[in-house]
Amino acid sequence: MASITMDNLHKVYTGGVRAVTGINLDIADGEMIVLVGPSGCGKSTLLRMVAGLETISEGTLHIGERVVNNLEPADRDIAMVFQNYALYPHMTVFNNLAYGLKNRGFSKAEIDRRVRDAAEMLEIGAFLDRKPRQLSGGQRQRVAMGRALVREPAAFLFDEPLSNLDAKLRVQMRVEIRQLQKRLATTSLYVTHDQLEALTMADRLVVLNGGQIEQVGTPMDVYSRPATTFVAGFIGSPAMNMLPADYLRSTQASDNLAHLPQAADLIGIRPEDLALETPGDGDLSLTGKLLLLEPAGAESHLHLKFDGLHENMIIRLPHVPSVIEGQALSFTVRRDNLHPFDGATGKRVS
Amino acid sequence: MQTKRMTFSSKWLPYALLAPQVIITVIFFIWPASQALYQSVLRQDIFGLRTEFVGLDNFVRLLNDPLYLNSLNVTFWFSVGTTFLSMSVALLFAVMVNRMIRSRDTYTTFLVWPYAVAPAIAGVLWWFIFNPSIGIMPYMLKGFGYDWNHRSSSTDAMILVIIAAAWKQISYNFLFFLAGLQSIPQSLIEAAAIDGASRMKRFWTIVFPLLSPITFFLMVVNVVYAMFDTFGVIHATTEGGPAQATNILVYKVYRDGFVNLNLGSSAAQSVILMGIVIILTVIQFRYIERRVNY
Ligand SMILES: Nc1ncnc2c1ncn2[C@@H]1O[C@H](COP(=O)(O)OP(=O)(O)OP(=O)(O)O)[C@@H](O)[C@H]1O
Ligand SMILES: [Mg+2]
Repeated sequence: MASITMDNLHKVYTGGVRAVTGINLDIADGEMIVLVGPSGCGKSTLLRMVAGLETISEGTLHIGERVVNNLEPADRDIAMVFQNYALYPHMTVFNNLAYGLKNRGFSKAEIDRRVRDAAEMLEIGAFLDRKPRQLSGGQRQRVAMGRALVREPAAFLFDEPLSNLDAKLRVQMRVEIRQLQKRLATTSLYVTHDQLEALTMADRLVVLNGGQIEQVGTPMDVYSRPATTFVAGFIGSPAMNMLPADYLRSTQASDNLAHLPQAADLIGIRPEDLALETPGDGDLSLTGKLLLLEPAGAESHLHLKFDGLHENMIIRLPHVPSVIEGQALSFTVRRDNLHPFDGATGKRVS
Repeated sequence: MQTKRMTFSSKWLPYALLAPQVIITVIFFIWPASQALYQSVLRQDIFGLRTEFVGLDNFVRLLNDPLYLNSLNVTFWFSVGTTFLSMSVALLFAVMVNRMIRSRDTYTTFLVWPYAVAPAIAGVLWWFIFNPSIGIMPYMLKGFGYDWNHRSSSTDAMILVIIAAAWKQISYNFLFFLAGLQSIPQSLIEAAAIDGASRMKRFWTIVFPLLSPITFFLMVVNVVYAMFDTFGVIHATTEGGPAQATNILVYKVYRDGFVNLNLGSSAAQSVILMGIVIILTVIQFRYIERRVNY
């Protein structure tokens, strides 16, 4: 059990790639932090710096009370779950779990007890004598989890642990990992580029872009008040619509926009905040032509073209409406569902 | 199972295409091998006037011949020594080169060169280096108080031929080990590092076991090399001496057959060697296909 403190962390790879630039982050004891961001934004690099698999070019990293910058991975009291699981192929499941304990000189009885406890918790008790290649992807994933938790480390580090599983198993394992993490209350740093995983698992979400933090906050915070246009576009699916403020000012009643700051020249609207209804009090009203209707079972995505707008808008409805493509449709938006941004800096203005 | 069938326009083309390989195999393997089999059951008198059929007598005599048994023993130690030396040095080099990033290819190129050297030349090279009167090694060893002379000491002679034979084979082993090391996922090593294994421990508990299929393959290749491909090395350095100390089986076949003109015995020895090759090849195919260990 420990907190993790990152103080101005930098990583410059040999060759000059600046993968991580100036990360400040405090992770509380027992907290689950999810690092999310596009490919190449430095998520894995940051995680591996915490693990001790990459050197820290600049800044200080605390795990618990200790500065761990110069400690070997083994001495940092962390456990890591790799994307490819990294199970030792020539060892049985039992020995895979026991390896770290043996290296640390635990007694045979203690190793046996811990391995069996972990195996029971993860329901892999039946496979203890098998080699990893005799297991399914999901079972391997459990073994990888087991190897992390037998050690009872101060922190778990996960690098996209579910990305090799099929969609159904991914959802199941997501739930299990989160339940386990809550039960054990072990500080965790979890890397993913799957925003659904990020939103559902995190106590707090860290959105990374280009080696820097764009926003830190609870999933609901980040979702309902994205701090930058990048976060607005990255979190949420379909992505948030962005309209020039001028367009709204020219088409809407001015008191609907009065609450927006002057500096806001870009307005974001989430696809689900547009409703196919008659306008009511305090609502903005937008009318466009339906280009495409995408039914998706319980919901539907509508692609619309608005007069005077270059980009198409996407609207998400919680049902499949009976409309035809080419038809003109009117939508309403509540004015507190407008997200004002400064187009030049990309920052939210309030 | 459906196999793809090639159709040739001419009926003779497939045979013509196969012919070179078949002719080479027949001339250089089937024919001499059958000659050896035939000769191994015959015996000539001293003057080469009469040849008689003796059945397995040549083999019986061989197995009762102290010189032959000595040669078996010498071959055993020579093979074990050469295999162990060339493989362990190659593994050491491979591990070191694998750690490099930029200079890896340069080192690999240099380390592969000795493989292009003919065995006889390798033999001469080491003959010079270890020459008791003009060689640099005996000179240096003298500095440590060791009096090197492979012409009189059978231990020195054995060490010399092992080094000379192993040196050439290091390149080959090195390439395989390097490829093997590169195929081990980095994340396994990292996981082991997080699991608290020291560098040494990681090597012996993770890397080395994962290399075991390659190690086994190389072991068979090296034993075969040491037993059959080192004629040139022996011929250029010790010529089997002193006092039969480095007279390995292959060299003895040559000596008995071409120098001492004892064709029957020499042929019987060849047949035994052929048997050994067949056994080694079978072992190799059996186990390689099953992939050792995991
Ligand atoms: N060993 C390395 N040497 C040089 N540059 C590297 C190295 N590893 C990663 N990089 C670079 O650092 C940047 C961040 O890489 P990183 O692996 O952290 O991205 P990521 O966010 O994990 O991406 P993904 O989602 O694709 O896994 C990338 O531009 C990458 O090319
Ligand atoms: Mg990554």
